[in-house]
Amino acid sequence: MLVSRKQAPSLKRQLWVAFLVVPPIVFMSLFVVYPILSAFAYAFYDWQGLARGEFVGLKNFKEVLFGATMAPVVWNAFLHNVYALVALMIIQNGGGFLLAWLLYKEPFGFRFHRIAVFVPVVLSTIIVGFLWKLFLNPNFGIINQALYSLGLDSLAKPWLGDSSTALGALILANAWHFVGFPTLVYLAGMQRIPPEIIEAARLDGTSEWQLLKNIVWPLVAPSTTILFTLLFIGAFNWFEIPYVMVGLDGSPFGTTDVLGLVFYRTAFGNQSASIQNFGMGSALATLLFLFIVVFASMLTLWLRRREIQF
Amino acid sequence: MTALTSQAPASRQPISFALLAQVILIANSFIMLYPVVVMVLSAFKTTGEIFEHPFALPDFTQVGNFAKVLGETAMPTYFMNSILVTGTSVLLILVLGTMAGYAVARYESRTNTFILLFFLAGLMLPLKLAVIPLFILLRDLGLLDSRWSLIVTYTAIGLPSAVFIMAGFLRTLPSELEDAARIDGASEPRIMWSVMLPLARPPMAIAAIQNAVPIWNDFFFPLVFIQTDARKTLPQGLTTFMGEYTTDWGMLFAGLTIAAAPITLLYIALSRQFIQGMTAGAVK
Repeated sequence: MLVSRKQAPSLKRQLWVAFLVVPPIVFMSLFVVYPILSAFAYAFYDWQGLARGEFVGLKNFKEVLFGATMAPVVWNAFLHNVYALVALMIIQNGGGFLLAWLLYKEPFGFRFHRIAVFVPVVLSTIIVGFLWKLFLNPNFGIINQALYSLGLDSLAKPWLGDSSTALGALILANAWHFVGFPTLVYLAGMQRIPPEIIEAARLDGTSEWQLLKNIVWPLVAPSTTILFTLLFIGAFNWFEIPYVMVGLDGSPFGTTDVLGLVFYRTAFGNQSASIQNFGMGSALATLLFLFIVVFASMLTLWLRRREIQF
Repeated sequence: MTALTSQAPASRQPISFALLAQVILIANSFIMLYPVVVMVLSAFKTTGEIFEHPFALPDFTQVGNFAKVLGETAMPTYFMNSILVTGTSVLLILVLGTMAGYAVARYESRTNTFILLFFLAGLMLPLKLAVIPLFILLRDLGLLDSRWSLIVTYTAIGLPSAVFIMAGFLRTLPSELEDAARIDGASEPRIMWSVMLPLARPPMAIAAIQNAVPIWNDFFFPLVFIQTDARKTLPQGLTTFMGEYTTDWGMLFAGLTIAAAPITLLYIALSRQFIQGMTAGAVK
């Protein structure tokens, strides 16, 4: 061989490699590393609008977690994020798993169903939010219109205006939007299972339920790890659907308030409270960030342990 | 015969199971598509028709709502902004991602691990939570309230995954290709551009779709960075539009339909590539 890759790289080659890697790294440092590191720092300062004031230590963190005005709002919102996470794990990821299993068998029309389930996923969350807001309108939305035309007038209600149904409606709208994603990720995971394993189980007379529970579910564990971690991150960053469908204040009466809305209101203000508080906003963002990183890593490690190599 | 079969009659009735599966799949596809169909049908109706006959088929020649949305609102401007922002961001992601990915995949270097870890961190960290410092940085750079504020943010978010997709693919190309070109006296840039990159179109398409869809649909960063109406992208412009026409439901549905149309049609035409691209991060 005339040119060996083991040869000491020439200066010209080194310059060329530097030309390739330096711009992307500089870009990332400026627009990702620097903002994220600053986000931590900002939380320790007092802010007057856009101007940074003096160093105040942990004051902003204390205010967010234990302060009389901030803490009740934050914990109320946190609880709603947890509800959304649990509900979506069951409806969105669980539903996706079952749909994937039905599609895996390639029944009649499965190509059509596979494309259909992913249609809402490609739509903007803003479009999805507005669409469901119109559908859930108490007077003219198709949900209540359908109930009226079926004679089920008693079931019709102002879904988004009623404290008992508003959060559920947001969760269902989100599930409609995204159920196609876990469906197709699970489907890909199932298609990677060696078909002999499933064939053998079938020949042994294993029931459908046993097959799903004892064979398919454990073997798609890598997909579960990724999907649950992504859902965890998504549920605690939840913002667009609530913002569009119930507004910045999480109406009615804060029953749909989530941390994303609290963060936005605190950092960038809203109509009712137009005060921007970057210090408190940064403290909230930092806490949320640490919470997501710590729990998402723990979740990933825990889920990884149950993955089987095959 | 095993003891299990007695508990589970389902396995003995494959036909009824298949029937149940069909019913569930058809019901699910109906739930997935019907809202979109109602949106499109309602766009052809007047507000009165929507309220009185929500489920009826419209007169499809009645395109007044669409004409009004395209002719009298800022929707075409939002549309152009979305195309500009998405196009430029994806281009930058591909260029920078291919550069870093190529260097890591094709040249041995002690810094490669460090570079990959650096981008891996970028893949994990949600930049959304650093929006306050990003806001101040963009203000200091004079980019706030400009389309560039969005372009640099989206490029930063999309770059790490593009590096991994490109590096992962480029690593699989045989080194004989390069060596042959080197023997022929080709320069390193020439090898990259004329020998290697023409082979790397499939991963580029995946990286492009994976980033283009969330960028096209993003709402959060425009909400924080953009104030001027003329620079708003489609999702943010849509909130302005929806606020202006709250009572004119015909217009609202026409606006939503126009906003949803391009990506939905593109998805239907290229569903395989879309699904592959959008699940690329979660499917190995």
